[in-house]
Amino acid sequence: MTTTSPPTQPGERLLPARPGWPDETGHFGVFGGRFVPEALIAALDELTDAYEAMRVDPAFLAEFHRLQRDYTGRPSPVTEVPKFAEHCGGARVLLKREDLNHTGSHKINNVLGQALLTKRIGKSRVIAETGAGQHGVATATAAALMGLSCTVYMGEEDTRRQALNVARMRLLGAEVIPVTTGSRTLKDAINEAFRDWVTNVETTNYVFGTVAGPHPFPAMVRDFQRVIGDEAREQVLEREGRRPDAVLACVGGGSNAIGIFTAFVPDDGVRLVGLEAGGDGVDSGRHAATITGGTPGVLHGARSYLLQDDNGQTIESHSISAGLDYPGVGPEHSYLHDIGRAEYRAVTDAEAMEAFALLCRTEGIIPAIESAHALAGAMTLGRELGPDALLLVNLSGRGDKDVETASQWFGLGDREEVDPGPGLDTDQQPTEGAVSNDEAVAGPDAGEEL
Amino acid sequence: MSPSENDAGVSIAATAEATDVAERGAERVRSRGSQLADRIAAAKAEDRAALIAYLPVGYPDVDTSIAAMVAAVEGGADAIEIGVPYSDPGIDGPVIQEAVDVAVRAGVGMADVLRAVTAVAEAGAVPVVMSYWNPIERYGVARFAADLAAAGGAGAITPDLIPDEAAEWLTASEEHGLDRVFLVAPSSTDARLRSTTAACRGFVYAASTMGVTGTRATVGDAAERLVARTREVADGLPVCVGLGVSNGSQAAEVAAFADGVIVGSAYVREMLEGRGADGVRALSKELAKGVRS
Repeated sequence: MTTTSPPTQPGERLLPARPGWPDETGHFGVFGGRFVPEALIAALDELTDAYEAMRVDPAFLAEFHRLQRDYTGRPSPVTEVPKFAEHCGGARVLLKREDLNHTGSHKINNVLGQALLTKRIGKSRVIAETGAGQHGVATATAAALMGLSCTVYMGEEDTRRQALNVARMRLLGAEVIPVTTGSRTLKDAINEAFRDWVTNVETTNYVFGTVAGPHPFPAMVRDFQRVIGDEAREQVLEREGRRPDAVLACVGGGSNAIGIFTAFVPDDGVRLVGLEAGGDGVDSGRHAATITGGTPGVLHGARSYLLQDDNGQTIESHSISAGLDYPGVGPEHSYLHDIGRAEYRAVTDAEAMEAFALLCRTEGIIPAIESAHALAGAMTLGRELGPDALLLVNLSGRGDKDVETASQWFGLGDREEVDPGPGLDTDQQPTEGAVSNDEAVAGPDAGEEL
Repeated sequence: MSPSENDAGVSIAATAEATDVAERGAERVRSRGSQLADRIAAAKAEDRAALIAYLPVGYPDVDTSIAAMVAAVEGGADAIEIGVPYSDPGIDGPVIQEAVDVAVRAGVGMADVLRAVTAVAEAGAVPVVMSYWNPIERYGVARFAADLAAAGGAGAITPDLIPDEAAEWLTASEEHGLDRVFLVAPSSTDARLRSTTAACRGFVYAASTMGVTGTRATVGDAAERLVARTREVADGLPVCVGLGVSNGSQAAEVAAFADGVIVGSAYVREMLEGRGADGVRALSKELAKGVRS
């Protein structure tokens, strides 16, 4: 392995220094902060205090690093994907393989830290929200490991799109509550989780899944996820003797992107590119590209970009990817955008699925549809930068959970009819859009070059 | 816990600013009066607590909701909390969520809210807007304050805005002589009770229980303890209790220790269950009797 070795000398492995933000009240410039009912402030203060003590506590960090190594399987490798890269204008493409983590995505990085924190503050129950189910699965996993009771809120719409993950969470002993309010997706699951938390805060810790929400969540989740970029930066330097030209990651709430960006923020020559879910296209109004197509406001406890109408009502987002189907985004991304340190682009469902199919066929890796947005971004950026470019893409998760959605996408002739919800049993036989070895790899909307 | 307060996320600058603004505010209250504080004082002069009724604008439609607010006033409510519909009402339980969801989908906005404000003022009660922060921020904080004052509104209750984040609202509400009501909770530290009440104008909203809005069988001792703790630092500011009160006997119970009783979900249920303005008026009468007993 070409990366950081596991901790052997507790006390020497403190979490790396933070960037100059947020300030001590959780503000990233004008973004972030705490927009929550007063009833939650004591719990957020308690969490902040416990976390600040824990992050410099050698015993905690030794345990955290041990779990990352022995349980998650860190460090995750970096894999070069030359055949995929042929479709990226000849640029070289390296994947950071968070898909190989235990539970199948980067989400476990954060959850292990927060579950340890839960035990430290003496609470016996965790709650979580989940979109694609990856954070829910990771939380249920950590709860099983550490003997915590676990309740996961998941939009009813998502429980259908990601039925496999619902079953996984239940196998792990978690209670999964389908949320039937609002748009029945991630944003409503977060609302329900906050309602649970304010009611049961004495016994319960909220294990938040992304770098959004009120302070301290954006900073804390970043600290737990930054291992992705810390490892990858070292791995790339070691194998290439240089930094990548660009680092790409998909952005829903934005935790895997912050995770891989953070180590590179001080590297001025490295472009940081977040790929948002463009759905049917930003112009269509059916998308989840919060920074690309949204405006600043307050949602879920923080000020950040969000999709909202003139009355300040949150607009329902749309993406084929449940994990990116969120009308908000972490405040640090809004800040990185506004100061010009990171750039954000939208990738449509069709572009993401094209990249999804391409990686499957050229490299034998089935990515999560979320991560496929970052791959699609690499296809575009590689063509812009040309053959000398070195791109690092965060492959944040694996696509096992997405097999049904992908089968349906490629199996149906008309993408307007794609409905990952009911009717999964219908029309599964190969049709004109089915994946064969040479044709129609990326379905009906595949680019000409395929 | 209070010594860690500043490390733990309360901006010293914001708090200082809040205190500063609040002091100037206190001066203004003395000179110009606060609609809410005046009305609560008037109730006190009658040896009773004030009754504050919550109803959201736009359920089942704007006109009907305004008629219900007027009916609540006719039944004896001293002030109406005029709810601004919001898509993500984080501390509301299922009853209010259901009603508000209808209003959100119908596109009810601040213009409708301001119409309700004027109607409630004309009916003789104090109109105070209850809004999650984003609809106000989206409308424009200064514009909201100006338009609310022009419509005859007393001010606003902001359940997800803490004084630490409220610099813009403190300034705007000051400029237009508006009341601003922040919440305190059983989990609030003494230091936070002090800084929050210092930033309030009109009254301070004591959330009786840890939880979301909704009717409960009992209001519990937590409310009385919270009111007592709040009074110690409130410097005469009225303390009103909300969350969980739904009937006359609970109103009487709370009126024994609080300056005002806030009722929400029970009113909304009258609307959801189709009893409309008549049901709302009857509930107000029952509750008004409660706060006088």
